[in-house]
Amino acid sequence: MGEAVAFYLAAALILGFAVLVITARSTVHSVMFLVLNFLSVAGLYVLLSAQFLAVIQVLVYAGGIVVLYLFVVMLVSLKRSAEAHSDPKRLGRLGVVLSVAVLAEFVAIAAYGWATPAAVGPGLQASNVEQLGRALYMDYLIPFEVASMLLLVAMIGAIVLAKREL
Amino acid sequence: MVETIIVPLIQIVMVIVAVLVTVMYIVLLERKVQAWVQVRLGPMRVGYHGILQPLADVLKLFIKEDITPARADTWVFTAAPLIALVPALIAFAVIPFGKGMTLFGVTVPGHIADINVGLLYIVAVGSIGIYGIILGGWSSNSKYPLLASLRSSAQLISYEIAVTMTLVTVIMLSGTLSMVGIVNAQAERGWWFAFLQPVAFFIFFVGGLAETNRAPFDMPEAEQELVGGFHTEYSGMRFAFFFLAEYANMIVISSVATTVFFGGWLPPFPNVEFLSFLDVVPGWAWFMLKTFLVLYVFLWVRATLPRYRYDQLMRLGWKWLIPLAILNVVVTGFIKVLV
Repeated sequence: MGEAVAFYLAAALILGFAVLVITARSTVHSVMFLVLNFLSVAGLYVLLSAQFLAVIQVLVYAGGIVVLYLFVVMLVSLKRSAEAHSDPKRLGRLGVVLSVAVLAEFVAIAAYGWATPAAVGPGLQASNVEQLGRALYMDYLIPFEVASMLLLVAMIGAIVLAKREL
Repeated sequence: MVETIIVPLIQIVMVIVAVLVTVMYIVLLERKVQAWVQVRLGPMRVGYHGILQPLADVLKLFIKEDITPARADTWVFTAAPLIALVPALIAFAVIPFGKGMTLFGVTVPGHIADINVGLLYIVAVGSIGIYGIILGGWSSNSKYPLLASLRSSAQLISYEIAVTMTLVTVIMLSGTLSMVGIVNAQAERGWWFAFLQPVAFFIFFVGGLAETNRAPFDMPEAEQELVGGFHTEYSGMRFAFFFLAEYANMIVISSVATTVFFGGWLPPFPNVEFLSFLDVVPGWAWFMLKTFLVLYVFLWVRATLPRYRYDQLMRLGWKWLIPLAILNVVVTGFIKVLV
């Protein structure tokens, strides 16, 4: 009962803040709602007794990445009016295509979930940090390293693009 | 019922009151220490040797006019001091103050909560506090606070990496992320981690100075360049909240340093037999004494060292502290595998 209440509260907060992110007029307000959204997601992780993931969510997303967003938003002048060459019709078509794709994904997930009822996994142990470490560094070592190489490539690419003369 | 709800509630109230009172008197102590370093007397008028000065200061902040700049973003301007203060206070939730005891038949643990990711929780909560500074500077709609908050966020992001890296070495030694577990690991080894990881402790302390915007890294409020820093436009109680947040953060860093590097509530050299008479002093007294000593070093450093230039600060962080911290992790790993 208590868990269900907490879940629906967290879910309502997540959806509410997500709507506010896209409806807020000021970009800085949007970014603030995004932080609140990430914090609510962390609450959902705590509810699933994945404390490590919850803390990482706060540390990396709410505390790290969004600070950089805010940095960019504050550095870039946002008082400019919308650019003249933007074509609302073209954006509208793109929007339709994207929302159909997202809808199809939702339907696919729902259908898949309907067809195969979720197996009840073994209860999470108290120390899920260790389990996560084992999974990342033993079972999925290669994908993990490949993902980190990808990030490194992106980082070097960004530096090369930003700095004309090295 | 008593042990799950009432005891934690009383603990939370006690911790918040203790932090607020400590902040008031640390400010007085800071003025006194700086005065002694500069061969002055410091505050002397209010009470015996200025002992009531903090009360006068608080009263002044209460009755001062609370001004919002004309074209400020009112909501963000109001929220920013709270965003700065709340993370500093909730970080205390996982810090173990003592060994725990039994009072009137009720077991009272020495901490409010012992979660298995305690150390990461503190780092995560600390990273939220940055928003208070950025948003406070931005919403004032004034150029010096904006410049200060940009500087400050760059500084905090840079030094957070080095500080977190030093905590990784501690986790490698203790094998746990729980704050209580880290203290117990030090009790088992018989050595405080400051002796096993002096380099990590040094980087942690320097990074801690930068994370709390303290001298010699008090770049966000460099008076000569930025008027008063990110809180230039704040007055009255809202300014007081920023002030409170800065000092509460200092206490958090000192408490974490005590817990992680100086054995928390443990007496000095817990493994030496003939020093076991030190156990008569209760654990919380050791904890408070050590935290106070670390705080004193904060004040001492401020009175002694001149401020770094911004580019020097960034060079120190990125070219020295972060590589050194990473090297320290690698060396610790090798020693752990070989020994």
